[in-house]
Amino acid sequence: MEKFTTIIQPASRLSPGFRELWQYRELFYFFTWRDIKIKYKQTWLGIGWALVQPLAMMVIFTFLFARTWHIDSTPLKYPVFVMAGLICWNLFNQSVSQAGESMLRHAGIISKVYFPRLIIPGSVVLAALFDFLMAFIIFIVLCLFFGQALPLVFWLYLPVAIILLVLAALGAGTLLATLTIRYRDFRYIAPFLLQVIFFTSQIIYPLQAINDIRIQYVLALNPLNGVIELFRGSLGGNQPDLTIAGISFAAALLSLITGLYIFKKTESRFADLA
Amino acid sequence: MKPAIDIQHLGKTYTLQASTPYMSLRDALTGSVKNIFQSEKRNKEQYHALDDINLVVQPGERVGIIGRNGAGKSTLLKIISRITPPTTGKAIIRGRVGSLLEVGTGFHPELTGRENIYLNGSILGLKKAEIKKQEAAIIEFSGVEKFINTPLKHYSTGMELRLAFSVAAHLEPEILLIDEVLAVGDIEFQQKCIGKMEEVSKSHGRTILFVTHNMDSLRKFCPQTMLLDKGKLIALGATEQVIAQYVSKHLQTNATMEWENGVASPNRDVLLHRAILHDDNGVSRSRYDTTEKVGISMEYEVLSEQVRFTHGINVYNQENVNIFNAHDVQPDHHPLKKKGKYKATAWIPGHLLPEGIFSISLALFLPNPVDILIHEQKALSFEMYTDFAKLTARGQYAADFPGVIRPLLQWELSSH
Repeated sequence: MEKFTTIIQPASRLSPGFRELWQYRELFYFFTWRDIKIKYKQTWLGIGWALVQPLAMMVIFTFLFARTWHIDSTPLKYPVFVMAGLICWNLFNQSVSQAGESMLRHAGIISKVYFPRLIIPGSVVLAALFDFLMAFIIFIVLCLFFGQALPLVFWLYLPVAIILLVLAALGAGTLLATLTIRYRDFRYIAPFLLQVIFFTSQIIYPLQAINDIRIQYVLALNPLNGVIELFRGSLGGNQPDLTIAGISFAAALLSLITGLYIFKKTESRFADLA
Repeated sequence: MKPAIDIQHLGKTYTLQASTPYMSLRDALTGSVKNIFQSEKRNKEQYHALDDINLVVQPGERVGIIGRNGAGKSTLLKIISRITPPTTGKAIIRGRVGSLLEVGTGFHPELTGRENIYLNGSILGLKKAEIKKQEAAIIEFSGVEKFINTPLKHYSTGMELRLAFSVAAHLEPEILLIDEVLAVGDIEFQQKCIGKMEEVSKSHGRTILFVTHNMDSLRKFCPQTMLLDKGKLIALGATEQVIAQYVSKHLQTNATMEWENGVASPNRDVLLHRAILHDDNGVSRSRYDTTEKVGISMEYEVLSEQVRFTHGINVYNQENVNIFNAHDVQPDHHPLKKKGKYKATAWIPGHLLPEGIFSISLALFLPNPVDILIHEQKALSFEMYTDFAKLTARGQYAADFPGVIRPLLQWELSSH
């Protein structure tokens, strides 16, 4: 019984509480499982939607940017090029846009039961990661279809890219979750910010198309640029630009620390705020 | 043995803000700009939901918590279940905490009954393995076996509640928090909860904190009771004594209500000054026998030339059930009131209410289109008792006599 001894005190601790998160790992799993299940349960196409969305976007962008405006994506074929960016973007977009909303959606539970609140944005990111993995399979199929080789170095950089992507999504997600619950304005600001991030990421264009290297480095502060660099850079037989990836990594880490910090700081008051 | 609950100098203070607890960004920005120019801090009003509470509960003890609305009962349970943090002091909790507050928390309509058992169970802190072990028992207790693989949205409310309660009942926490005031569901369901709770506490020696307005169930379950008033612990001891103290305090303060500056309507065109409960002779009292009629008078002042409204009351019993509402529909009382002072009186007839404690909310409002000028919640309260010397619907029956109302019916008898 001593195992369950809890000391309740005024909120002041700022430890991230990883041990507690570990104790609650099953709830983490159930939240993620529920998010995935509910999302696809009632839809006719089911899990297919995780695949159709990026595919459709890929077709549109290919038509627009490769055919109409001739964006140079060499050495990759444009559909492979843009698909790689899109599936990374989808994970980020889904995590960040859902994180804030999910806090509000869970207001009922937050005001009734205690559990580490970090599970809410965390499970949103995990559910998005699931979609990412589904879409990744389609990406592989697409590569095979277009005769795109997948060298060993690609598989080596892939986990690094995914880790960076998840860190960035979690950082921005927790940040936005706290801000949304504190200031409801962020429900309306978030879509706009995400649009800015979309267009400053090398999804539809290569970062190298920007002539000024300094601007490239500034843009690398957007972690998605580093993620896509790691993900896509090794595909055509080249090496990804590790300076860009490094800058992105630092930015992602900073956003994660900031996000977790303000999340933990506000966490205990969520029940009063939500 | 160490105490199950050890609360030391626990307090919770809310800072009252004019608007909602969450701010708009604009408020935050303008607020900080103002702060730059105003060196002195704004004197924010503070509200002590709980103030220096000390309590030690040994494992297996059952303690009742009573007090008027806003006394801090629910806040205390919320702190113990870690939903909201205290501002001062600390509480040491030894054992897993569960509460009937959480019944059905996190249920999702798209998931099946079985899936919801797992989701709900894990939200309530059960391990997957524990749920698996209890799954069959939970499903059986709920009585919805046939629909267990059907999405919850096809369930009736009753079925959903049964399933929810079934999960909660199998939670088996060492410390159980029960807030009857907030409990969901109908009377039958609540009684089922209480029945299960009784069974659980007696057989498993579980520690229970029980918030209620129902003195009967309090007497049944809790040998000890604590009385909270305005966030302070004012009594802790044998249940019967604490109830007596509560009833006398509760009633003394509530037969008359006087507002120093009056309660104003939003437009400040009506001011409510005083409200009293009184008998036939106009004498203010807080105890009436069940045959007597109870007068409720509101004294108010109309400040504008003409204001449209009528008078209304809501009557609640001690279980917080809204027994009835009434408003002034007297044809000769024109809703258009001229400037001046008024006194409106409503009479609750005798032979209507059973024994117990009742509270009354007062309203000045317009029924159609609805416009509420003043609504004072539970401003007054009184006690009804049976005078066995008089003819009442109870007759000479002295045992527990349930029922929300107790009309004296006319009986006809004929012989054939």
